[in-house]
Amino acid sequence: MKQLWDLAGVFAYLSLLTIGGGMAAFPEMKELTVDTYHWVTFPELLHFYSLGQLAPGPNMMMVASIGVTVAHIPGALVALVAFFLPTGLLTFFVGRLWTHLATWRWRPAIQTGLGSVAVGLVLAGAIIMGRGAITQVFFGVIALAVFLLLWRTKINPAYPIVASGLIGMALHYFNIA
Amino acid sequence: MSDAETTIPRPSLGRLFWVFLVMGATSLGGGVVAYLRTGLVVRQRWLDDVTFVELLSISQTLPGLNATNMSILVGDRLRGGMGALVATLGMCLPGASLMIAAGFLYGAGGDGPWSKAFLHGIAAGAVGLILVVLVQLGAKTLKTFADYVFVVVTAVAVAFFKVPVPYALIAAGIVAIWWHRPRDKDVR
Repeated sequence: MKQLWDLAGVFAYLSLLTIGGGMAAFPEMKELTVDTYHWVTFPELLHFYSLGQLAPGPNMMMVASIGVTVAHIPGALVALVAFFLPTGLLTFFVGRLWTHLATWRWRPAIQTGLGSVAVGLVLAGAIIMGRGAITQVFFGVIALAVFLLLWRTKINPAYPIVASGLIGMALHYFNIA
Repeated sequence: MSDAETTIPRPSLGRLFWVFLVMGATSLGGGVVAYLRTGLVVRQRWLDDVTFVELLSISQTLPGLNATNMSILVGDRLRGGMGALVATLGMCLPGASLMIAAGFLYGAGGDGPWSKAFLHGIAAGAVGLILVVLVQLGAKTLKTFADYVFVVVTAVAVAFFKVPVPYALIAAGIVAIWWHRPRDKDVR
């Protein structure tokens, strides 16, 4: 039971940090789920996060996988509700207010100011994730190739990500990684 | 609002759920925003492009994921509180079910060398995906040199000096908002 409360507290807290996308919460997610509560190892967290990028819909459904690891189905449901309810309510009520704030002179300042900080948080998440995922030159090459492909073409990201997994298996087969 | 009722369509709650469920099940590869626009603006014509962009800018400023924030805002606009609820459930249900299944499968066989090799590969690929998101987000958001300074300071503080995210968010956020504060001579 205590684990469910811990899950609820951790994911409700993390949800409030997801400004600019789920990646902004990644540094604290690593800190709490790996280092503080030991629910998953860092590689496991990376694996769930990456699998989550392959699932349809919102890209942080991997919180359900962490929930499963901790406390099966109840854990998954608690993690999901905790992760989506607080920000959901905030969006619901602020969304109704927002139109009234259209002429508020601080609105552009908040939008631009928070925007750059959000990009900074996503960058921090990318750095922390890169430290765990890019363990050899080959994996750096994979990341760079996916980046260039997605940046330069309109290909669906699911294809190069699945291809990365297959390359990972090939590297394993040839004993390179 | 009474004026708006004549122009905003009112799909049934079941229809709303179904349309969001289909988008939640088919938006593979993370680019949910593109799927939302195709579904809501082009196919259903529940929103026009101006409204879509306005709701998207609210979604991006507030905490929460774009996909769920958009579901809440669009659902509320079309069918009020219940609309927000069914739209969000539809959007989340397919991905959540898959990731719950993934959690169980991982527990059963995730330690095998082949699945580890595959997962390590997609983790590297996901880093590339995040870098693209970062570049696209940056191109839209960062306008002045100062904005880049805020980005680097926030990222270095969190990733290298282990500053807890809330402190970094509040401190850098206040400075950045103050930097862009409304000035009297500005005509916005």
